[in-house]
Amino acid sequence: MAGADLPSSTGLSTSSIVLRVKDLGRTVKNQDDDKILVTEATFDVSAGDTLAIVGPSGSGKSSLLRLLNRLDEPTSGTVYLLGQDYRQIPPRELRAKLGMVMQRPYLFPGTVEQNLQFGPAQRGRKLTHATINELLADVGLQGYSERNVAHLSGGEAQRVSLARTLANSPLLLLLDEPTSALDQASKVEVEMALLKISHDQKLACILVTHDTSQALRMAQRALVLEAGRIVRMGPTAEVLNA
Amino acid sequence: MLEWWFSDQLQLGLAQAAVAALSAVVLVLLARKRGVHLEKETSVAMVRGAVQIVAVGSLLVLLLHGPGWISSFLLAGMIVAAGGTSARRAKGLPDAFRISTLAIAFGAGSVIAVMTALGVIDSGITALVPIGSMLIANSMNTNGLALNRFRADVVAHVGEIETALALGADAHSSVSPFVQASFEASLIPAIDSLRSLGIVWIPGLMAGMLLSGARPVYAALYQFVALAMILTASGLTSLLSTLLIRNQIFTAAEQLVPLSGR
Repeated sequence: MAGADLPSSTGLSTSSIVLRVKDLGRTVKNQDDDKILVTEATFDVSAGDTLAIVGPSGSGKSSLLRLLNRLDEPTSGTVYLLGQDYRQIPPRELRAKLGMVMQRPYLFPGTVEQNLQFGPAQRGRKLTHATINELLADVGLQGYSERNVAHLSGGEAQRVSLARTLANSPLLLLLDEPTSALDQASKVEVEMALLKISHDQKLACILVTHDTSQALRMAQRALVLEAGRIVRMGPTAEVLNA
Repeated sequence: MLEWWFSDQLQLGLAQAAVAALSAVVLVLLARKRGVHLEKETSVAMVRGAVQIVAVGSLLVLLLHGPGWISSFLLAGMIVAAGGTSARRAKGLPDAFRISTLAIAFGAGSVIAVMTALGVIDSGITALVPIGSMLIANSMNTNGLALNRFRADVVAHVGEIETALALGADAHSSVSPFVQASFEASLIPAIDSLRSLGIVWIPGLMAGMLLSGARPVYAALYQFVALAMILTASGLTSLLSTLLIRNQIFTAAEQLVPLSGR
């Protein structure tokens, strides 16, 4: 694997590292001054590893996540996906590999199946019915493929959004507060689906959350952001109880 | 009633203009009562429109017997001015002036050129400039509507667009529903005008031809020709401007550029 050429900053085996973030930063120009959104972020994420990004509102959690799949452009540093600088990967290919689940599901009008077919269709692929059923089973929505998305509950819609992201067979999941807009019951459903998927598929996950108990339930490691800077990083319990 | 008081045609025209302007003032006052402030925009538009049309009218008198190339010069100037006016309806969209001017030049310009070459529009300055300006003005309105709608849709659907991008869609696909909706919405006035022709309204061109002694059936047919040309010019303008503007709202790495209101 190309990642083996890189020095490890975490002590983890470099061969399992999916994503390496190196001195990543983004500063935007305001009328009066420059605003730092993220600065000098450095960390690794390995296969099967879930990393929680926590911090107060406005600390740069979502900004950091947007930089990771290049929805925004970094002004410093870069990201390596399996050892390759992500600026050398065509954005569409990169984003399909780094699956992102937004805070709101933003389903496209139509059926659940049409939503799941969206990502693969961008690369000229069509999922079989068996694959669709498998993806829906992974998120606990068996038999939902023909349902119109307009009739789904909030929790169901977010799980369809998760299945839609998984339809691209990503190497890593970027989860931007995926349960913050849901009620308690729906939140549990989505969390269960996420835990099952990350466990069964050994997927690397980066979870942005303001809910520290969720971070404790779902992530082995956590980092705390304050004013765009990482101030603590390590095992979740240690970091959050510090 | 005004004819009783004003025997001179110029005085009569000024009086008629004053009455028409007064009706717009009533509209402004009604809007103000509803909390909508149109005072500045309406007064500036009315003064500008009046000064401009009188200036052009005076200029046309001088140019009536001028060489043919003057028509092209005047129409080109109108296209640039239309591009500027139209771009103001697309505040926040990058490069709106250049795109609007290009689209109007393509939409209205190609229809004017083809129809003049085929003899549908008389190449004399007295026909070419007024009919050409009608096509340019309608293309300008359509373009303004298309860009305004596109900007509003993009600002309102940032989440959907970025979701599509995050799923690996290319920039064009991620905004294609909004390009299509803007194009369709911008053509509603032109299509409705054509649809309601003769039933809801009898346009000025036909009325003018009747007043100047043309046969009613020919005047009616020519009015249809004018509206069909307007639809074509407007459609081509809107098609090009919406296709061009979608390139401007993404970076080379297919990231959505923040628009005002986002």
